[in-house]
Amino acid sequence: MKKNRRTMLYIPGNNPAMLQQGGVYGADSILLDLEDAVALNQKDAARILVRNVLKSINFYTTEVCVRINHLDTPFGLEDLEEIVPLQPDAIRYPKTETVEELANLIKIIEDIEDKHNLPHDKMTIHAMIETALGVQNVFEIAKFSKRVDAITIGGQDLTADMNIKSTKDGSGIDLARKMIVMAAKANKIDAIDTVFVDINDEEGLRIDTEYAKQIGFSGKAVINPRQIDVIHDVYMPTDEEIRKSYRIVKEFKKNKLAGIGVFAIDGKMIDAPIMTRATQVLELANIDFNSI
Amino acid sequence: MKNVIGREVPEYIEGIGKTDMFIGAWEKLKKGWMDEPTIPPPNKAKMPHLSKMCDTLEDAIAKTSPKDGMTVSFHHHLRNGDNILVRSIEILANMGIKNITLASSSLNEVHNPILKYLKDGTITKIWSSGIRGDIGKAISEGVLDIPVIIHSHGGRVRAIHTGKINLDLAIVAASAADEEGNATGSHGKSAFGSLGYASIDMRYSKQVIVITDTIVEYPCIPISITQNFVDYVVKVDSIGDASKIATGSTRITKSPMDLRIAKLAADVIEHSGLFVPGFSFQVGAGGASLAVAKFIREKMIKSEIKGSFILGGVTSYVVDMLNEGLFNAIFDVQSFDAAVSSSLMENSNHIEIPAALYANPYNCGCMTNKLDIVVLGALEIDLDFNVNVITGSDGTIRGASGGHSDTASGANLTVVVCPSFRGRLPIVKKSIHTVVTPGETIDVLVTERGICVNPLKPELEKNLKNAGLNVRKIEDLQKEVEAIVGKSKEVEYTDKIVGLIEYRDGTIIDVIRQVKNNG
Repeated sequence: MKKNRRTMLYIPGNNPAMLQQGGVYGADSILLDLEDAVALNQKDAARILVRNVLKSINFYTTEVCVRINHLDTPFGLEDLEEIVPLQPDAIRYPKTETVEELANLIKIIEDIEDKHNLPHDKMTIHAMIETALGVQNVFEIAKFSKRVDAITIGGQDLTADMNIKSTKDGSGIDLARKMIVMAAKANKIDAIDTVFVDINDEEGLRIDTEYAKQIGFSGKAVINPRQIDVIHDVYMPTDEEIRKSYRIVKEFKKNKLAGIGVFAIDGKMIDAPIMTRATQVLELANIDFNSI
Repeated sequence: MKNVIGREVPEYIEGIGKTDMFIGAWEKLKKGWMDEPTIPPPNKAKMPHLSKMCDTLEDAIAKTSPKDGMTVSFHHHLRNGDNILVRSIEILANMGIKNITLASSSLNEVHNPILKYLKDGTITKIWSSGIRGDIGKAISEGVLDIPVIIHSHGGRVRAIHTGKINLDLAIVAASAADEEGNATGSHGKSAFGSLGYASIDMRYSKQVIVITDTIVEYPCIPISITQNFVDYVVKVDSIGDASKIATGSTRITKSPMDLRIAKLAADVIEHSGLFVPGFSFQVGAGGASLAVAKFIREKMIKSEIKGSFILGGVTSYVVDMLNEGLFNAIFDVQSFDAAVSSSLMENSNHIEIPAALYANPYNCGCMTNKLDIVVLGALEIDLDFNVNVITGSDGTIRGASGGHSDTASGANLTVVVCPSFRGRLPIVKKSIHTVVTPGETIDVLVTERGICVNPLKPELEKNLKNAGLNVRKIEDLQKEVEAIVGKSKEVEYTDKIVGLIEYRDGTIIDVIRQVKNNG
């Protein structure tokens, strides 16, 4: 069953108390951050800490990603050398702008994996789009490698790059959000939305998440564990949706066994798109397709 | 010798006498009566129209003819804003009274100044449900020769009925009173709400002083303390610091960890099989507890479930739940903020109850016996689900038994919420410093790293597993915690016993030993 990525919780890589609790808040994914959350004079300490945390802490079923520093900085390569051998679920690469730099990143990762006799198909890459150039190239970036299984948007950096004001309604980056979703959907991978920065505005978060869901994001980045439940709540299908989807999948399986491709429920024809949607609803409700 | 839960308790303790060993949470109650004889309350008389008013607290105390060896009681409804206990002890000390037994329903940091009277022999014995601050630390270091006795709220009533606590003088602070001594905590400038813990003192103390900063015209309504028990009345400028009387613990926590634990606890309650129309409920005010109320409120609204009553320490949050129609009534033995006081005054379904009705095990049915679900905290919990709420990680006294064991004994579902570790200190441990509440009365532990169901409750475990909750063995959780934080250095104790933990039925469930001073 495909794992949900409704929430991706940022945890500063230099905060041991928060790192050790990463797996307990119920986020679908956590992002151990070596980049923006860590001051320049703490980069080495954070890298060592995250390395040790990956070795020793149980994050249970939570997907674990590490955001490394860009390879243009003095820290990016060292980050990869320390983190790749530990094979977290994913590496997030910040400010991805071109397929060339993505190719370079993958080459370095795979060289390190070869050195440690590690496979190339276990750890995935999340390309983070944070500049106007990245937005323009996002389709090619999403398409470039099977290792890229999610595209994420960094709203704060993107507004800075576009020289526009960051607003609660995100109007300035609306086009970018939609382009990123479209590129991800076209390549059948996840799109993860930017953070909602006002942690005390639960209603604002709910509205922003509803919009993100509506335009197609798989989930949102989260900067405080208190935001997780609101986002999960928005992404949770209603009881009626779950019941309907369950029935569709059940009937589909039954008809498939009987060799029937297209069938109807309550007079409505069930075709492939409806079946796909029903499967997605069950995934969000954590119901295993195979158990039906 | 070891008692039934394996705690080493001497059969005889110097200064206390022979020990009545704990034999199980409900064993003594099964008989249907209490073996120990009860003492009669005092018979007093007063001539008609004789004034009870005294000019000062000194005058009032002098009129009670205090003597060496006396027992003086106080209530803790003023919490950390209390101005009365320290002043009263100072007056008694200035009169040269020695060997006082202090029987305050609880002791907080605000009472730190009386430590010098423990050192000079003014106070030589203490009964209380909890001790925090410098006094707890000093007692753990051996400042008193006679061990303190920690009782539960219900146990205190029983101890007074049996004369184990034999009250000579009760000093009852009230936020409003009339000149005859009818008194309340529900209005006045220092309003603090229910006077539930003072009720038993009023009935059993040989002499009773009501002290207030607001004298109202006769009669003072509502009447919590009634004039027929009151000897003297004193008006002072202030009974306490209003800002500290309301503890501030009534705001919902913003701690992500507490909220996470609270959310899991609410899920446990929802799927326990007991979250049904008419359920009764109790939660505390601090940490994750109040946040559980928030999530339960949301679930009640969503599921259209209406409860029966809310019990215990009452916060404005649960008052709002009453006003929303989510529960029929609140039984209030202790209120946590000023908003609760006005509700007590205005809402007839918000009912003040005495500690005896709240939790005394020896009557025909205290309120805790009728409780369906209670959510409690813990300083430590062991693999048998025994809970410590009195001694900290350094082995010193710094907490309160309160109504912990009373409610755990009565409730159909007792949920303990706590993080599995705090900082580098494990909370879920192989063995704990002190047992206050026996594990047989705890049904489920909820931590951020998983939910552990007491093996005595297989049906509950099945329900929670079926709901997809992360249920795991407490032994596995303890091992995981130890792997994260490492093994703590054991606290070193001497053989001297500095405290007894009295279970609600009067038996001794554990002792506290003197912490060895390695400095």
